[in-house]
Amino acid sequence: MPRRTVFESVIERLEILAPDGAVDEELMPGLTDDQILELYRNMVRMRVFDDKAVKLQRQGRMGTWPPLKGQEAAQAGVALAMSDEDWLVPAFREHGIMLMRGVPGHLILAYWAGDERGSAFPDGVRCFPIAVPVGSQFGHGAGLGMSLGLRGEDAVAVTFGGDGSTSEGDFHEALNFAGVFKARTVFVIQNNGWAISIPRSRQTASETLAQKAIAYGIPGIQVDGNDVFAVYAATAEALERAHSGGGPTLIEAVTYRLGDHTTADDAGRYRSEQEVQAWSERDPILRLRRYLQARGLWDDTREEILAEEAAKWVAAQIEALEAMAPPDPADIFRYMYGEMPPNLEEQMRSLMEEVAS
Amino acid sequence: MTAQRARPEQAGDAGLRAVPTSSTEKLTIAQAVCDGLATEMARDERVIVMGEDVGVDGGVFRATDGLIERFGPQRVIDTPLAEDAIVATAIGMAMSGLRPVAEIQFMGFVYPALNQIFAHAARMRSRTRGRFYVPIVIRMPFGGGIHAPESHSESYEALFVHTPGIKVVIPSNPHDTKGLLASAIRDDDPVLFLEPKRIYRAFREAVPTDDYAVPLGQAAVAHAGEDVSLVSWGAMVRVCLDAAQELAGDGISAEVVDLRTLNPLDRETLLQSVVKTGRAVVVHEAPRTAGFGAEIVALINEHALLQLEAPVQRVTGFDTVFPYAKLEQHYLPTRERVVKAVRATLDF
Repeated sequence: MPRRTVFESVIERLEILAPDGAVDEELMPGLTDDQILELYRNMVRMRVFDDKAVKLQRQGRMGTWPPLKGQEAAQAGVALAMSDEDWLVPAFREHGIMLMRGVPGHLILAYWAGDERGSAFPDGVRCFPIAVPVGSQFGHGAGLGMSLGLRGEDAVAVTFGGDGSTSEGDFHEALNFAGVFKARTVFVIQNNGWAISIPRSRQTASETLAQKAIAYGIPGIQVDGNDVFAVYAATAEALERAHSGGGPTLIEAVTYRLGDHTTADDAGRYRSEQEVQAWSERDPILRLRRYLQARGLWDDTREEILAEEAAKWVAAQIEALEAMAPPDPADIFRYMYGEMPPNLEEQMRSLMEEVAS
Repeated sequence: MTAQRARPEQAGDAGLRAVPTSSTEKLTIAQAVCDGLATEMARDERVIVMGEDVGVDGGVFRATDGLIERFGPQRVIDTPLAEDAIVATAIGMAMSGLRPVAEIQFMGFVYPALNQIFAHAARMRSRTRGRFYVPIVIRMPFGGGIHAPESHSESYEALFVHTPGIKVVIPSNPHDTKGLLASAIRDDDPVLFLEPKRIYRAFREAVPTDDYAVPLGQAAVAHAGEDVSLVSWGAMVRVCLDAAQELAGDGISAEVVDLRTLNPLDRETLLQSVVKTGRAVVVHEAPRTAGFGAEIVALINEHALLQLEAPVQRVTGFDTVFPYAKLEQHYLPTRERVVKAVRATLDF
């Protein structure tokens, strides 16, 4: 009765764009200069949008906001790889990719300002609403991927979560289902180092989050999440696999949350300034800018023009947000069911009488 | 996606038309579930069945027997053992154009899925202001009385009725089972379909072989009477009918109201009956405190207090853990207890 190895596996890490802007030419995906420039513009727009949202919260013009600062590459790289038909199933820090997938900025702001209309995305925007409970969206992504396959639709579900969410049972169950049913689903974990105050090392004793894929019989890969080319390349590969019936993939994008967990959090209570500083030097936007500059595709003038454009665009989003008519209190009742039952009609009438008086 | 927005049909569209009941079959409740699923699957290819042991095994109560042979493993999905993911994936499917009927094998195992039911399915339509909705049915056997092991006998319908956004449907006979299941599947909102497993195979009834729908939100008068209203649902309707029979021997005419749907509730039928009889006994198997019976009593007090001849009585389970098999007969409401409660309202 021998004791022998019955299974072995390895987890790869993909890096293409170095912090100094140099790229690994062999691994560099085939993107046009225009695509890369647009990628950069999108990442800058995300940053400006995010900064502005934090300011709005500070000014009392908006509710709690979860900043995405530092995670722009992990979202932009995925968005670029996705096709129009693919679906996004976000958690709650995915404003960047939501914008790139066509969710209007003012609606994202409206959601966080406390307005349900913020999740009434326009027709044709293939994005599930934000999911707050942590990890519970993975199962929707698995089910959506199964459904796309069952209905023979040539599209993939891309679902996002953070490092903390991998500790939830939902993560396990969703990956397990996706593996068993070869769901057309790509799971993207933005490992940003912190789940509020709990460091990644306290979430799991695993060396990587990507290796969790192994137990579900699906491919897993770790990428430098601040390297937009690596994120793009890994996602493109995963999407291609899903499209061709090869099943789901788990991508761990190692990044860093440069801001607080939310505007209600003070990250200074649990992590050092040096750590934040070290990651600031690995800023994904700065990195891509260095690449573009080295290639002569970018300069300070262009940066200024972009900054101005981005500020103007964000201002327009805020204008649209603040131009929204106040929500109708009757909406509390209107969308509970396809048809309003009598008890709700009664309660709605009573509220509306109160509001009118 | 466009399919999500298209609203291909509204619940009951087909069901409310006159039903040609040219042929019927004598079925149990469990068989009526199976027949109902097969009928809806044949009628609408978006309907799929998923859950633990629902395929090859045909379900632990045989409520999905033969479906996998007829509709194939793509539409009758044997899932891994994970209640949370069964409901979560069903939600993802429902939001992209399918109409999943997910089975939770026993209500005592539903707790891991509560996050999905409460935090997602129930809220989706409201929180997206109608952009998305979740047309799923979650079926589960519930209730005691079959000498089952621990965690197999619970009745927690009140948990779900207390969660806005989910419809709660409980049949008490084979005919309603098939018809209510059809309405549940055709409904655009999440429906919890609770099957009283104590009477899964207790009796047979003529069930139309054609498709038909019993509308949600409509109670039934299971037995007409004049002196007292017995208000109940699920397996307890049988207990009430037994009690009504015994009472009839003593010249007491009891009306049995089978609510059939707890949310949306048919207040009209309930209150009409109570106004007519002036007395009511609410009977449920679930624990007494904050049980749905408390809501019924509150409604009667709000709307029919002056027509009451006596305080409304409750015959319920106890506020205890559901006992194991050897003591469960002491827990479950009985005909005797119902009769006693009726006499209390008459002697008041």
